[in-house]
Amino acid sequence: MRILLDKFSKSFGSTKVIEDMDLEVGSGEMLALLGPSGCGKSTTLFAVCGIHRPTSGRIMFGDRDVTHLPSQERNVGVVFQSYALYPHMTVEENIGFPLMVKRVASADIRKQVADIAALVHIEDLLGRRPAQLSGGQQQRVALARALIRRPDVLLLDEPLANLDAKLRLEMRSEIRRLQKETGITAILVTHDQVEAMSMCDRIAIMKSGEIIQIATPSQMYNDPRTSFVASFLGNPPISFLKGQAHQGAFVLGGSGLRLPLATLAGIPDGTALSLGVRPEHFGTAGGVPVEGKVVFAETQGRENLYDVVLPDGSVLRSIQPVRDDVKPGDSVRWNLDSASTFVFAEDGQRL
Amino acid sequence: MAEKPQISSNTTSANFSSLPVILLLGLFSLPLLVMYAYLFIDTISDTEAGSLIPNEFTLRHWSFLWETKAGKPNIWLVTLNTFIFASCITGVILTVSSMAGYVLSRLNVPARGFFLAGVMVLHAFPSVTLIIAIFIVLQWIGLYNSLIGVILVKAAVELPLGIWLMKGFYDTVPWEIEMAGTVDGASRFTVWRRLVLPQIKPAVMALGLFSFLTGWSEFIMPQVLAPGAKVQVLSVYLAGLIIDDNNFDFGTFKAVGVFYVVPVLILYVFFQKHLMNIYGGGTKG
Repeated sequence: MRILLDKFSKSFGSTKVIEDMDLEVGSGEMLALLGPSGCGKSTTLFAVCGIHRPTSGRIMFGDRDVTHLPSQERNVGVVFQSYALYPHMTVEENIGFPLMVKRVASADIRKQVADIAALVHIEDLLGRRPAQLSGGQQQRVALARALIRRPDVLLLDEPLANLDAKLRLEMRSEIRRLQKETGITAILVTHDQVEAMSMCDRIAIMKSGEIIQIATPSQMYNDPRTSFVASFLGNPPISFLKGQAHQGAFVLGGSGLRLPLATLAGIPDGTALSLGVRPEHFGTAGGVPVEGKVVFAETQGRENLYDVVLPDGSVLRSIQPVRDDVKPGDSVRWNLDSASTFVFAEDGQRL
Repeated sequence: MAEKPQISSNTTSANFSSLPVILLLGLFSLPLLVMYAYLFIDTISDTEAGSLIPNEFTLRHWSFLWETKAGKPNIWLVTLNTFIFASCITGVILTVSSMAGYVLSRLNVPARGFFLAGVMVLHAFPSVTLIIAIFIVLQWIGLYNSLIGVILVKAAVELPLGIWLMKGFYDTVPWEIEMAGTVDGASRFTVWRRLVLPQIKPAVMALGLFSFLTGWSEFIMPQVLAPGAKVQVLSVYLAGLIIDDNNFDFGTFKAVGVFYVVPVLILYVFFQKHLMNIYGGGTKG
């Protein structure tokens, strides 16, 4: 089912959290709301499930206006960050609770619980209580409880934040599998770019109550609209060089580094610019040599990560296949792939 | 996995002997033990004046159980009254404070701060100072000398504490449980009844026990507001024995005292774990 937020605003008292937000999630799509904490992504999610009332604007599920419906009547499934399982009930009672509230016959509930439990692979845990489950198992129970009502919309509020690294990887693909199998429209709230990129069809990146950009993960990675988006996606993160425009080229003050860039045609000389260079575009291929000194090296097994200080003091990161010949303190002259860099104006807008 | 040595209150730690402590505590508790022992011994024996050693066994002091004394109500009626009194107080306190506590903890009530402060003031207020006013009110509305009247008054006086305690316990229940309940389709009442209330069950148990014991031992209110023979409770009955100068019987007085305290002891034995909850604060999941 399609979800539409139309000029949605939410304020708490006099604090405006979100103003005039427009967002559309296609039917069967999984969308990530990505942003730093306090950007309003959870507020948006709670407005969609009906826990927060919007201050103004409309929320539509399909053709149905649900803006003023209480959450009981919205038919949404929510997985909370803390899972919010009911500690005094068994797993079976937990999953069956939404049906019990609807006064479904208990034989029916049993059957449906068994079905959904099989879907999330927790058939043999039905008699336990939440306290007797591991984090990943609790997560699966929470998913099953959210899915059992066959909701129109599945909302996930930082569902992986409380899991350890290995489980997180496992549940990431597990949640995506369930979403695809059930064909449900889903919104994932997260501050982790890896989760957003790996699990979702599209990402809406948010900053202080505004959506900065909505795009598919690869579009957003390769074509960020602002320096904020560029810095939020990618691990290790992008590095920025501060410089100026000069005759259609980016000039880094002090070091004499000069990068001719097609995007800079027509930009007046002396305009302050910021150049974003992803670590994979420095030190591997490319035509512009850059001199600097390695100050930090870290091996990640398959790849090495280097921090290189340029003569003017700015730092470029480089990630390359493992090599032993470079140590911290060494002077290097590595190539920079100028075609893959991003140029941003002083206000962070991409040029 | 190797157990690390840890300091725990349940196990005897090895670095000092507990024997001296036990001896010392035993010594200091001895007077209390002697008092309790004599409380009981005196009810089943007669002792000559000035002597400590009882000289004959008798059940005479317990005769109040099977024969009603002249001018005194039947002991079983009095016991029943006390039981009704304490149970009804418990019921009223549990019902009202479990709901009021939830409302104050979770719902958007106007003037919540004022209300909470007011409840606190009422709790701190010495209720004895109101007793004459309450007496007049009860007489006006015709509830003087009735169990209902004194139950309502006693429950009302105990309610502020109950409401505060319940509010405190509700505050510890995570909001997410309630959010999950509402998005699962449950009404706010169902959420309270099926999801939130079970989380604070230990607190409800504790408050219930506490209320029952308070009701069981209450003296001044029944004495003033319901002294009549038909509605007497045990504490009033007991007081009646000792102020009766004509038939002064210390043995019977002690026997009734023992009789009065036995249900409390039984409750303590079975429920002391729950009672500790109210002082420990917080639920154990």
